[in-house]
Amino acid sequence: MDIVIFYGLAAGGILWSYRKDKQKTKQSLKKAWKAFDNILPAFAAILLLIGIIMAMVSPATVTTVLGADTGVVGMIAAAIIGSIALIPGFVIFPLARTVLSMGAGMMQVAVFISTLMMVSVVTAPMEVQLLSRKVMLWRNGLSLIFSFAVAFVLGKVVG
Amino acid sequence: MNRWIRYKWVLLLLLVDAVAYVWDQNLGRNIAIQTSDSFLQMLSFIPPVFIILGLLDTWVPREKVVSHLGPGSGVKGMALAILLGVANAGPLYAAFPVAAVMLKKGTSLFNVILFIGAWATLKIPMFLFETKFLGVPFSTTRWICSLIGIISIAYVTDRMHSEAEKQAIYLKHQQV
Repeated sequence: MDIVIFYGLAAGGILWSYRKDKQKTKQSLKKAWKAFDNILPAFAAILLLIGIIMAMVSPATVTTVLGADTGVVGMIAAAIIGSIALIPGFVIFPLARTVLSMGAGMMQVAVFISTLMMVSVVTAPMEVQLLSRKVMLWRNGLSLIFSFAVAFVLGKVVG
Repeated sequence: MNRWIRYKWVLLLLLVDAVAYVWDQNLGRNIAIQTSDSFLQMLSFIPPVFIILGLLDTWVPREKVVSHLGPGSGVKGMALAILLGVANAGPLYAAFPVAAVMLKKGTSLFNVILFIGAWATLKIPMFLFETKFLGVPFSTTRWICSLIGIISIAYVTDRMHSEAEKQAIYLKHQQV
């Protein structure tokens, strides 16, 4: 169902864009291809990795490391990894679904996703240079706390 | 040559797959099935996501919008800052150069933090992806919570800074 909506949106967008400006439409499609080409190596690699994980790692192992029973400890571990790692979102969602289907806890995965997207230790120096140390600490600190809050909400609503 | 380097992880993992197949044919077959499954799924819905991404990239008038994001731009400024953030698909570190340009053109600290937050976690192409993989309840709940979250984070961070501290940040970008 969602696939029909996606294709509908894309088709509608192209049609609208084409009527307004052919050149810009061409440019859009070129950009779309370029973005796809950019992400493809990481993307193909993660799909291959998922294939290997699904076939080799037992769900019991996933449950032990990331399961709902790991509670706050599991969430903290997920937050630490999420804050440090720099993984593009296009790669993280397929992986998240894989570990969820293998028994990982909703809240642990949710913390991981949110910290990955919002808290960024690696780019902190860039942020300091752009804004200030104080802004960087506040933004990342609050984002970290917020990631836990979202995880609890998601655990209640979805999990 | 460049292509091989870009795909080094893919090649390495294919090698692992091959070794697994030689080591245990059942395992190898299992891996092949799982992998081709996810590739097929992916190919079926990747085109629209990237087309939407391309359209957003060309049609959102960045330059025009940025001049309406100064201090005191209110709810309209907030909405525009968020809009600028969500119409992207790049990684977070790509947001910082854009934020620098925004600061240079007079965007307020509050709106810059809002923009960074929206870019980080509310991006539309990413939302489509998230919906596909984790379902509508997960993605919409997280999107709505995150929207409230980034506004709160921007508000608190902004409030924690005195006027002088903000001026110091603005000044950094005016000099260049």
